[in-house]
Amino acid sequence: MSDLTKNLLSKLKKSFGKKIIRSKYHLGEITIVIDPTNLHDILKSLRDQKEFHFKQLIDLCSIDYIDYPAEQVDQRRFAVVYHLLSIANNQRLRVKSFIKDNDFPTIQTVIDLWPNADWYEREAFDLFGVMFIDHPDLRRILTDYGFIGHPFRKDFPMIGNVEMRYDPSQKRVIYEPVSIDQRNNVPRVIRDEGIHRG
Amino acid sequence: MRGFIVAEIKNYTMNFGPQHPAAHGVLRLVLEMDGEVVRRADPHIGLLHRATEKLAENRTYLQTIPYMDRLDYVSMMMNEHAYVMAIEKFLDIKVPIRAQYIRVMFDEITRILNHLLWLGAHALDVGAMTVFLYAFREREDLFDCYEAVSGARMHAAYYRPGGVYRDLPETMPKYEKTKNRSLKEVEKLNQNRQGSLLDFIEDFTNRFPVYVDEYETLLTDNRIWKQRTVGIGVVEPNRAIALGMTGPMLRGSGIAWDLRKKQPYEVYDQLDFDIPVGKEGDCYDRYLVRIEEMRESNKIIKQCIRWLRENPGAVISKDNKVAPPKREDMKEDMEAMIHHFKLFTEGFHLPEGEAYAAVEHPKGEFGIYIVSDGANKPYRLKIRAPGFAHLASLNEMTQGHMLSDLVAIIGTQDIVFGEIDR
Repeated sequence: MSDLTKNLLSKLKKSFGKKIIRSKYHLGEITIVIDPTNLHDILKSLRDQKEFHFKQLIDLCSIDYIDYPAEQVDQRRFAVVYHLLSIANNQRLRVKSFIKDNDFPTIQTVIDLWPNADWYEREAFDLFGVMFIDHPDLRRILTDYGFIGHPFRKDFPMIGNVEMRYDPSQKRVIYEPVSIDQRNNVPRVIRDEGIHRG
Repeated sequence: MRGFIVAEIKNYTMNFGPQHPAAHGVLRLVLEMDGEVVRRADPHIGLLHRATEKLAENRTYLQTIPYMDRLDYVSMMMNEHAYVMAIEKFLDIKVPIRAQYIRVMFDEITRILNHLLWLGAHALDVGAMTVFLYAFREREDLFDCYEAVSGARMHAAYYRPGGVYRDLPETMPKYEKTKNRSLKEVEKLNQNRQGSLLDFIEDFTNRFPVYVDEYETLLTDNRIWKQRTVGIGVVEPNRAIALGMTGPMLRGSGIAWDLRKKQPYEVYDQLDFDIPVGKEGDCYDRYLVRIEEMRESNKIIKQCIRWLRENPGAVISKDNKVAPPKREDMKEDMEAMIHHFKLFTEGFHLPEGEAYAAVEHPKGEFGIYIVSDGANKPYRLKIRAPGFAHLASLNEMTQGHMLSDLVAIIGTQDIVFGEIDR
C-alpha cells in the first residue's frame, strides 16, 4: 500500500470512525461502505475538508446485488457507488451505500454537492429504479419515451419484454411482446479455485 | 420607442435534431428560445442506447472487447485500453514492455484520429468546409495503420488482456491497379508503403506537423473562426471541476490535469511530452488545446517508433490462462490445445472484487468499473464516458448564447453518441 493511500484510509477512519460500515483496500483502490442516512454528510465533508478535497464526482452508478448476496449489507439489494477524484491531492475514492428498501429504493440526491450528479442520478433511476430524494428533474434519460421497467436490474431479461415494428394497417409503430428467445452460449460459472489460479 | 406598441413575445420551444447535421449523430435538443437567444437547452439522449453494460454481464470478458470499440467509435482503441487495463488490474498480469509501447503509440494515433474528426466536424458546423476535407485526408492514413495492424479500419479489437493481439507487421498493404486507377497513380500512392508499418507511421509523423500548420492557417487567425469561438461557452475553472469535466474541456479552462502525467499508466512516465493548457476556457482555447495535443501526440509517436525499432520482443503475456498460446504450439502441445479451448469457450475468471481503470481518452477520462463475483463474466460493468458529463453541462454552457453559438458549443464538446448513450 502506498503511503498516500494508507494516509487517506487512516484519515477516513479518524474522521468518520464508526460511520464506516466496511472499508477495503484492494487492487490499489480504497472503498468505504456507509449507510444512506450518513451519506450526504460524509460526502459533503469529503468534498469540503482540505485533507480530502474530493471536488470532482467522476462517476455515480447503481448496482443490483440480488445475485451476489455475499457482498450485501443486511440483505439490501441496491447499492449506489460514487467514484470521487481529488485533483488537488491526486487521489481517488470509492464510496458505496446500500439502500434500505428493496422494493422502493430511495436515497438522498447529491446534486447540491456536485451538479453533474444530475444526469448520473437520472441514469441510475432509469436503469435501476433508484429514487433520488430532492432531485429536481428525475426523468428517464437513456431508455425510450414511455419505457416500462428498469432494464439493468438483474431480473429484467436481456432481450427485453417488448419489441416494436411498423404496422402497415394501423400506419403507426406498435409494441408487441418479444418474439425471440434469450440465447446463452457460454454459461456463467464460478470456480472455487478459479481457473486463473488453478 | 415612443408611439410604438411592442408586442410581447413569449419564449417558444424549438426541436433541434435528432437529424440535424450539427447534432453530431443522434442528439435531440429541446430548446426554449427567447427570440434568437437560448434560455434552456434540454438534451434528450439515449437514441443510440444499446445497453453495452448489460450485454457485457452476459458475455465472457474476451467477448466484450469488440463492444468497447463501438462505444466511442472515433477513438476505438482507447476504449479497449481502459477495459483491458481494468482486467489486468484484477489479474495482476505483467504486460510486456513492447506491448506497452505499441499501446501508447496506437493510443496517440487514436488521439490524432479523434481530434481530426473533431476539428473537421467542428469547423464544418461553424461554416468552414475545407478543414473537414483536409482532416479526412490524414484520417485515411491512420485508418490504414489500424488496418495493417488489426485487419479492421475502425473496430480493431486489437488490445487484449496481457498485451496486444499481434506484433506490428513488416509490410504495409498496398493499393492495386483498377479500372479507374492507372499504374502510375498506384505507384505514387504506394510510395510510402514500401517498408514496414513503422516506416509508414514514421513517414506520417514527418508529414503531420505540416498538415497541422495547414489547419492552423485556415482557422487560428481566421476572423470568422475567432468571431464564432472567442468568448463562447466560457467555463470557469472551478465550475469545470464541479461539472465533472475532464480532458481538453478541463484543460481549456486552465487546469493542468492529465492522467498520462498525473496517474501515468503503461510507459507514459518515460516519454517526453507537454500538456497544453488553455486560459480563458472558451471554445477558442479548447480549439488551441486540441491542436497542440495533436502536435504532442505526434512527438510521442516518434519516440515510440524509435524505441520499437530497437527493441523486438513479445507483445502478449506468456500466461496462457489469460492470453492464447501460439498457433504452432497448439499443433504439438496438448496443454496449449487445452488452454486455447478453455480460453475461447469458458474464458478466464476474474477473482472477486472490484476495480476501476481509467485512461486519458481524447475526450477526457474514460473509465471502466468492473465488479466481479469470481465468474467468467462481469457481475457489473460500468462505463464512465467523458462525453456524458460534458453534454450534461450543455444547458449551463449555452444559457444566454445565440442559437448559432449553441452549434459551436456542441462542436467544442466533441460529442460522440456511441459513448454517451452506451
